[in-house]
Amino acid sequence: MKLSGSDIIVRTLIEQGTDVVFGYPGGQVINIYDSLYKYQDELKHILTAHEQGASHAADGYARATGKVGVCIATSGPGATNLVTGIATAYIDSVPMVAITGNVPNSTIGTDGFQEIDITGITLPITKHNYFVGSIDKLAPTIREAFHLAKSGRPGPVLVDVPKDVQTAMGDYEPQPSVAADLPAAAKEIRIQQAAATINAAKRPFVYFGGGLITSGAQEELLAVAEKIDAPIGCSMMGISAIPTDHPRFLGMQGMHGHYACSMAMHQADCIVALGCRFNDRVTGDRAKFAVGTKIVHIDIDGAELGKTVTLAHGLRGDVKKTLEKLLPLLEQKTHPQWQAAVARLREEERQGTDSREGMTPRNVIGLLNRYLNENTPVATDVGQHQMWAAQYLNLKKTRRFISSGGLGTMGFGMGAAMGASMGTGERVVLVTGDGSFGMNLNELATAVANRVPLVILLLNNGVLGMVRQWQTLFFDKHYSNTTLDARQTDFVKLAQAFGAQASRALTLEELEAALDQAFACDGPYLIDCAIDKDEFVLPMLPPGGSMDDIITRIGD
Amino acid sequence: MKKFTVAILVNNQFGVLNRVTSMFRRRQFNITSLTVSETESESFSRITVQSEGDEVKKEQLINQLYKLPDVCSIAELDNVDTVGRELLLIKMRNDPAVRGDIRSASTAYEGKVVDYTKESIIIQMVGDSRKIDNFINLMRDFEIMEICRTGLVTLQRGSTTIRRVTNL
Repeated sequence: MKLSGSDIIVRTLIEQGTDVVFGYPGGQVINIYDSLYKYQDELKHILTAHEQGASHAADGYARATGKVGVCIATSGPGATNLVTGIATAYIDSVPMVAITGNVPNSTIGTDGFQEIDITGITLPITKHNYFVGSIDKLAPTIREAFHLAKSGRPGPVLVDVPKDVQTAMGDYEPQPSVAADLPAAAKEIRIQQAAATINAAKRPFVYFGGGLITSGAQEELLAVAEKIDAPIGCSMMGISAIPTDHPRFLGMQGMHGHYACSMAMHQADCIVALGCRFNDRVTGDRAKFAVGTKIVHIDIDGAELGKTVTLAHGLRGDVKKTLEKLLPLLEQKTHPQWQAAVARLREEERQGTDSREGMTPRNVIGLLNRYLNENTPVATDVGQHQMWAAQYLNLKKTRRFISSGGLGTMGFGMGAAMGASMGTGERVVLVTGDGSFGMNLNELATAVANRVPLVILLLNNGVLGMVRQWQTLFFDKHYSNTTLDARQTDFVKLAQAFGAQASRALTLEELEAALDQAFACDGPYLIDCAIDKDEFVLPMLPPGGSMDDIITRIGD
Repeated sequence: MKKFTVAILVNNQFGVLNRVTSMFRRRQFNITSLTVSETESESFSRITVQSEGDEVKKEQLINQLYKLPDVCSIAELDNVDTVGRELLLIKMRNDPAVRGDIRSASTAYEGKVVDYTKESIIIQMVGDSRKIDNFINLMRDFEIMEICRTGLVTLQRGSTTIRRVTNL
């Protein structure tokens, strides 16, 4: 059938299984918005306050569901406003398709009004991008974009469509949603070699990142850990893949990881690493990381193998498929001495646990835990609150921790939380800080307009806490531009001004009352939760340090 | 540092060279020579890259290349099984006192004089990179006015072709 380019865009999105898109209209996408109007019963569009919010919402949607998130923006500033969201999705391997309008082909290259080279700008932050020069390429390109976004190591793909292609008439025949490439296991011989190394280990440790969630290899992970009698740890991107309270799970490793987890990984003689990428927040000083430890690394992206750490075995392949083949080759083991050592680390961690009463980060997140059901997604922004959430949240189900890992994007949370809620149909929690929240709080408007069941737990310490923590530790307490006292923002009034409900909590009792209301509210509810400005995220591996430099107490 | 050469078969599409070099730039791969050419097929272009670094760096470069959807095939080229050639054009000051030396060196290197004026001589030379380097070094004794060289083009010896190489 003959359709306009803009109709083809919308019909192709629907055909590819998209049920909601996040975006913002503008001059060079006005035709797409006309088509969205036409097909509004089949494809829901969420108008955000800013294109960045749309990109984070598409990201949050994708992280919570595993489906491809879609966002739309106009040319020029609309397109550049997506950039931070696209980069955030790229570094965390989130499947996303971003569609941008551009000036007509006849104007391209003339610096037309709101013309921008968005394919040039997003070159290093997309898996691939396309400029669709003609109508006949439109539907095939969008299909290819979906295919690329979800195949292999997922990531964002941008499709830039000049206006004349949106208005042109072209042929369209609906097609079934494209499937992702079938992921393959690593090579048999590599699996055999890796199995021999793992079988010879005396102190094995199983470690995973976000790739495990993408692969859906949770069961295989647990089976491997059982068989080789290993404790389990993860990177921040791995959080929620397995239940926080799983007996073998030591939590998060890395700069602000759980003490027992980081130490156990440090003491292991063999690390089985699944779907992760050993970045600097995990390794600290690379020269001192896992010295003498045999690392078996399985990842779908061959470029991650040996990129930052020296491996005993690098296995390129899908984690789940590879583990399925690895499992029968592993010997059933018990390592009582190693388990005793791990138990001692756990005990050391328990003794070092913050046991203060009152509005401490641990108590606040602990109270929040009581309100979460197993399906509740918890999104975060970036900073101290994010690490406290990562350390103290008790999560039961995979894809329920929505957080910007690799890019560390402050302002990620509002959009991502809404996207996660719309993708799952669940009430969502955003744990944020006053710094991060200030970056994209305009999205309160979106949450109100769509009555998103969103509990915003704003840990308000009046400072940019993470930077302040570094300034305290490494910059002689020169609190340069991290004290926000002068702002005088009243977050309760602010939320109310947007039409959301809100209250303030200065004590745990007040917090409990606020949470009672928030979790009963059918729209967004903000809790302005007072936290002391000198709360620290601990433990901490100083940047570029090793496990020998771990800070577990301030004043050490 | 060790030099290595990689030939890359890419889709012959607008902007592909930019995608490849953008990856080199952001990951700070040092490129010493880069040649882009048409191939036996209209669908593909061939990029020949010479870079330097250790084995890890080389593997990383190849693995990162494979992630670009427009990259179809990659061949790692060693010196033994590869024919590699560069074209050099070098413009020398035509000084009567040394023009005999220049011409005899050129003859020894199988160079060809392709332009000859009162003031200057242009010599054309084809050879592997080392031969070209050596000749240029020799010419430094005289006054070099201008140099232009193409960078490396390479083919594997025997019937192997890049299209059949795939370690994906």
